[in-house]
Amino acid sequence: MKVLQVIDQAYRTTTEEQDDTILWLTQSMRGAGGDLMVLLSGHGVHYAISRERQPALTLGTWRQTQPAELPRDIANLVESGVPVYAIQGDLEERGLGGLALQNGVRPVARRAVADLYEQADQVWHW
Amino acid sequence: MSDTKTLTFAFMEPPFESERTVTFFRLLDAALDRGAGVRVFAYEGAVALAFARQQPHGNAVHHRDSEEEDHPLTKDWIAALQEKARSKGIGFEWINCGLCVDERGVNDVIEGCGRGGPPDLWRYASEAHNTLTIGTR
Repeated sequence: MKVLQVIDQAYRTTTEEQDDTILWLTQSMRGAGGDLMVLLSGHGVHYAISRERQPALTLGTWRQTQPAELPRDIANLVESGVPVYAIQGDLEERGLGGLALQNGVRPVARRAVADLYEQADQVWHW
Repeated sequence: MSDTKTLTFAFMEPPFESERTVTFFRLLDAALDRGAGVRVFAYEGAVALAFARQQPHGNAVHHRDSEEEDHPLTKDWIAALQEKARSKGIGFEWINCGLCVDERGVNDVIEGCGRGGPPDLWRYASEAHNTLTIGTR
C-alpha cells in the first residue's frame, strides 16, 4: 500500500512539538516499513524552501533548547526514500516561486496533482 | 469473522474545542450504522477524548445541576459507540498515540482504548477499506 500525505498547513504545533507532527508521523511510519509520499500544498509549501531552524521560544525563565528543525526533517524523509513534492503554483502565489527548493524536494504543477493522487492507494489530507 | 468493511480514522482534535470533534463522532456512528467496523488512531489532542477522568458539571447559567445538565463527555461517546458496535457484532478499536498521551498526562483512559504509535496507524490503514484523516485547524 502506498499513501500520499498531503500537508496543507505550515507551522502547526511546530513550537510545542519541536517538529511538524505530520512529517514526524510520516518518518515514523516509514521506519515501520510504510510506503509513503508527501505533497506540500497551500501554506505547507513554506517547508520546501525553509533553510533555518525555528527560533527558540523563551517564556520568563524557561528557554527552549530543541526548536524544530524542519529542513533536517524534510531532508531525512527524502533520504529515507519518501518522495517530497511541492505545488509550484502554491509557491508562486506566496512569492516563493523564485527560491531554491530544498535538496530532493520536487516541484509539481497543480494540473499534475491528480496524477500524483492516482499513484497512491490512499490519500491522507491533513 | 465479520465480512463487513473496516474503516480507519485518524483524528487530531481535542474534546470541547471544535465542531470537527462532533462531526468525527457522527461519522463513526454513521459507519457503524452502515455495518462498517471502525478503527481509530487518536493523535495529538484527540488522545484526551478517551480520558477517564472527564467529569460532568452543573451549569448555573442554565439553572441546572450536574445531573440535570447531563453534560456531554467524549469518553461516554466512545463507550456508547463501543456498546453499539458490540450489539451489532462488528469491531470498534481505539488506539491513542502514546507520546501524545504522555505529554498531556491523560494516561488514564476508559476500557477498550489502547496505547500505541504510528506503526499501529499504518497497520490499521493497510488493513482497512479506506482511511479518513481529520487534522486539526
